[in-house]
Amino acid sequence: MIRDLSWIDPVYLVFALRWTIGLTVLALLGGAPLGLLVAAIGNTKRPAMRWLAQGYVGIVQGVPLLAWLFLFFFGFPIMGVEVPAWLAASIALSVYASGFLGEIWRGAIKSIPRTQWEASGSIGMSYAEQLRHVIIPQAVRIATPPTVGFVVQLIKNTSLASVIGFVELTREGQMTAAATLAQLPVYLMVGTLYFILCYPITVYSRTLERRLRGVR
Amino acid sequence: MAYTFNFRDVFAAKDALLDGLALTLQLTATTIVFGFIIGLGVAATAVYGPRWARRAAHAYVEVIRNTPLIVQLFIVFFGLPSIGIKLDVITVATIGLAINLAAYAAEIIRAGIESIPRSQVEAGVSLGFTRAQIFRHVVLIPALRNVYPSLMSQFILLMLATSVASQIAAPELFYAGSIIQSRTYRDFEVYTVIAIAYLVLTVCLRLLFGAVHRLAFRR
Repeated sequence: MIRDLSWIDPVYLVFALRWTIGLTVLALLGGAPLGLLVAAIGNTKRPAMRWLAQGYVGIVQGVPLLAWLFLFFFGFPIMGVEVPAWLAASIALSVYASGFLGEIWRGAIKSIPRTQWEASGSIGMSYAEQLRHVIIPQAVRIATPPTVGFVVQLIKNTSLASVIGFVELTREGQMTAAATLAQLPVYLMVGTLYFILCYPITVYSRTLERRLRGVR
Repeated sequence: MAYTFNFRDVFAAKDALLDGLALTLQLTATTIVFGFIIGLGVAATAVYGPRWARRAAHAYVEVIRNTPLIVQLFIVFFGLPSIGIKLDVITVATIGLAINLAAYAAEIIRAGIESIPRSQVEAGVSLGFTRAQIFRHVVLIPALRNVYPSLMSQFILLMLATSVASQIAAPELFYAGSIIQSRTYRDFEVYTVIAIAYLVLTVCLRLLFGAVHRLAFRR
């Protein structure tokens, strides 16, 4: 059944944005703690631990997100666990985010001068205490602009969750396009909506970066 | 529940996988060439162009960088025929990927050009270099040396992103995987093999770019 594109279609597309945003939030909730762990392990003194963190980042970043989505989508059922598409997508995107955030944050922690470690170590702080009270508060300032920049990447990449059937903005667009055969107008609308969502965040990330450079 | 892994069906289709791999390499190479050239033009325009052209260059970079690749590919895939241009899917994928890469490359190259201190250019002028000579020897080559690592990371991300071209049915590696999956129903095994293949490609590209770096920027 082919129908005409109607005024209601853009409204549906706008509403589909909430699943794009929801998936981004879930991916951040899963990816941030994991990324922090990767950053913490990647800065320990033990070479084996550092290799572990680097190996993890290398594998996560060396495989396309599409493959992660399919691996989690098909991987759970063979372990006997049925997961809905949104959960598989959230987990895949969390892993993906943890690899990139872990690397950004590891670099930020590494850029803190060694004297800060030595000073906090000399007053008897443990590794976790050093991170928590001395290093991370300083690293956050450096890490914020690229982290905000990565959120834009993440929002855009939630579009790939459409391939495992999760109905977010891109999938909604595909269904509308299939029903109306008005592919070009529909995808232009979809693209515009992503732009409206992402562009302010990009600008914000750039402002943060400029401010950071101004302070230094 | 016990699940028996069966990779035999996947490897039985190795010809299809190899064809897909060949196209992935082809897409990566052609996209890097075109994307880099367009990106260089956009970056030069964004720095040296007249006001309107600078604005256009910035707008291009922002639009591409703030929308998903899959949507860009759909727009090119459905947009070209609607203005009467009919091309095969590999060309369409290359165009879409090059448009995408060019925006990221332009942003990186622009940062490189802006990292060259003005005094360098003035030194070039005082030595009697022509503008073209200054751009080439004083600005561009040192700029590219400065941003080489970011540019290479972007190329690797692009290689991984060619997998998205499977969604417009370009028969590259990922698409080959989905065909084998629909034939054998060995989904997990297929995508494990595909994921490892991309991982190996990433490592190979990293080694290659490292070797190029040592050769090109040896001093």
